[in-house]
Amino acid sequence: MAGAARTVVAGTAEKPPGRISRIAAHMRREWQIYVMLLPTVIWLLLFLYKPMYGLQIAFKDYSLFRGIEGSPWIGLEHFETLFQNDQFIRALKNTIIISFFTLVFGFPVPIILALMFNEIVNQRFKKTAQTIVYLPHFISTVIIAGIVITAFSPSSGIVNTILGFFGLEPIYFLTRPEWFRPIFIGAGIWQEAGFQSIVYLAAIAGISPTLYESAVVDGASRWQMMWKITLPSIIPTILIMLIIRIGNLLEVGFEMIILLYQPATYQTADVVNTFIYRQGILNGQYDLAAAAGLFNAVVAFVLVMSANAISRRYSRTSLW
Amino acid sequence: MTNMTLYSRGDRMFVILNMILIGMFAISALYPFIYMAALSFSSGFEARAGNVVLTPIGLTLSAYKRVLSEPLFWSSYGNTFIYTIGGTLASLAFIIPGAYALSKPQLYGRRFWNLMVAFTMWFHAGIIPFYLNMRDLGLLDSYFGIIIGFAVNGFNLILLRNFFEGIPRSFEEAARMDGANEFQVLWKVYVPLSKPAIATVALFCIVARWNGFFWAMVMLNDEGKIPLQVYLRHVIAELSDDDEFAVSLLRADYSLETVSAAIIVCSIIPVILIYPFLQKYFNKGILLGGVKE
Repeated sequence: MAGAARTVVAGTAEKPPGRISRIAAHMRREWQIYVMLLPTVIWLLLFLYKPMYGLQIAFKDYSLFRGIEGSPWIGLEHFETLFQNDQFIRALKNTIIISFFTLVFGFPVPIILALMFNEIVNQRFKKTAQTIVYLPHFISTVIIAGIVITAFSPSSGIVNTILGFFGLEPIYFLTRPEWFRPIFIGAGIWQEAGFQSIVYLAAIAGISPTLYESAVVDGASRWQMMWKITLPSIIPTILIMLIIRIGNLLEVGFEMIILLYQPATYQTADVVNTFIYRQGILNGQYDLAAAAGLFNAVVAFVLVMSANAISRRYSRTSLW
Repeated sequence: MTNMTLYSRGDRMFVILNMILIGMFAISALYPFIYMAALSFSSGFEARAGNVVLTPIGLTLSAYKRVLSEPLFWSSYGNTFIYTIGGTLASLAFIIPGAYALSKPQLYGRRFWNLMVAFTMWFHAGIIPFYLNMRDLGLLDSYFGIIIGFAVNGFNLILLRNFFEGIPRSFEEAARMDGANEFQVLWKVYVPLSKPAIATVALFCIVARWNGFFWAMVMLNDEGKIPLQVYLRHVIAELSDDDEFAVSLLRADYSLETVSAAIIVCSIIPVILIYPFLQKYFNKGILLGGVKE
C-alpha cells in the first residue's frame, strides 16, 4: 500500500519511469532473488528442456555421427513403422491392460484399508500396524523384485512350497505369461496400498466428530457409521485420487517390469517403456524409441491435463 | 471416534474382526522381509530345497561371509552412500534457494517461472532424449552425472515453495530492519522456520537416491561406479536366469538364494534405520505437497 502511494506521488512529481528503467531499478534492488533462482532455471533448461528439443529425432533419421541437428528429417516415418510393428502394438495393448487392472484392483484397497484403520480402537495396535504397512513403500524396486523372484521360484520359493503342501505341482510362475500380470499387479498393491491409505486417513481425520456423536445417540452401529458417515465424507478425496490416478494411467511401473519379465513373458509383460528401453538403450535405435516415447508422453500429457480440468470443474480443487 | 463404552455385541464382533483383518494385512506386509532374513541365515541346501518358511534352517553365516568378501559389494555400497549423500545435498542446494525465489511476490515473471517448473511435472521428453542429452553433456559413466543430473524435482520444489509462502512476512521484517540481504533472510529466518519441510524433502531425496536403480543401470558402465541396487540386480538376474550357476553352488554352504537374500537384508538395514525419521515427516510432506494453489 505504502509503495503504491509513493509511486503515485512520484508519478505526479516527474514523468513516470519507463519500463526499462523500472526493470533496471527492480533488478538493482532485487538481484539477489534472481541469483537464487538462476541455478534451478539453468538446471531445468539443461536437463529437462534441452531433451525436449532433442525429441526432434523422433522425426529424423538420427545417427550418432551427424548428431541431433545434422540428421535429416524424415517426417512421420518412425510413427508409421511403430504402428506397423507388432511388438509396439503389443506393448501399447499391455500398457493399457496392465494400467487398467492396476486401477481396478489397486484403487479400492487403500480406501478399504483406511476405513479399517479408522475402526481400530486400540491406538497402539493401530500405530504398529500402520508402521508396518507403510514400510514396503520405502523399499527399492530391485529388492521387491528380488523378493518376488525368490518367493515364486519353482524349486525353492515359498509359494511353490505351499502349493506342494496341498499336493499341487510346482509352477514356474515367472516364465508363464498368464501369471505375469497378476504377480506384477499384486506386488504393486502389496507395496503401495498401505502408504496410499495415508491420504484417506488424513481425510477421515477431518470429519467432524459431532456427526458420529449424533449417530451414536440415534443408536447407529459402527458398521452403519462407517458406511453412512465415514465413507460419504471422504468421497471428494476419493474422486481427486481417482482423477490423479487416471492422469497417471500410462505410468506403469516399468522398472519393476524390466526386473521381472523375460522373453518368455514378453507377450503379456512388455509395455511401452520397456519397449523403448530395449529398442533405444539396448539396441541403439534411438530415433524409433524416441518416437515411441513421444507418443507415450503426449498421451500422458493429454490424460493429465484432462484430469486436472475435470478436477477443477467438479471439485474446485485443481491439482496445481 | 468417540465414546468407546457404548458397544453393542455386533459392534464388538465388528471391531474384533476388523483387528484380525488388519493384523493379517500387516503380517503379509512384514512376512516377505522375515522370509528374506530367514533365507539369508539358512544353509544353501535347505534354501534350494524350499524348506525355509519362517526361521533359518541349518543356521549359517556363510551367505554373509560370501557377500562381505565380495569387493564389488563394498564398492557398490560405498557408491550408494556417495550418490545418496551427494545427490541429497545437491538437491537441497538447488531447491532451497530456488523455492525461496519462487515464493517471493516481487519476482518478475513469477507465473512464468512457476509454469516452467510445473510443466516438467506434466511432460517429460522421455528416456531416450534424456539419455542422449546426458551423453552429449559427457555425463555418462560419472559420479557427477548421477549426482547432478537428478538434482531438481518439480514436486519437491513446489512442496518447499508452498511452505515458504505460508511463512508470514512479519518474520522476515525484523531481519530486514537489521539490514539483512536475501541470502541472510533465507538462511537465518526461512531455513530455521522450515526445518520440517526441508527434512521432508531431504528424506524424499534420500529414499529416492538410496533406491534408484534404472538410470544408474543405464548410465554407468564402469563396475566400480555402480550403486548397490545395480549390483543387486546383477545378482538377481543370475537368480532368475536359471540354474547353471546355482547348481554349481549346490554343494556350498550358500546358494544364490541365500546370497541374494543376504544382500537384500544388508541393503534394507539403512532404510529401517532412518524409517522412524521418515515416519515422523512423510505424513506432513504428503499433506504439504498435495492439493495446493
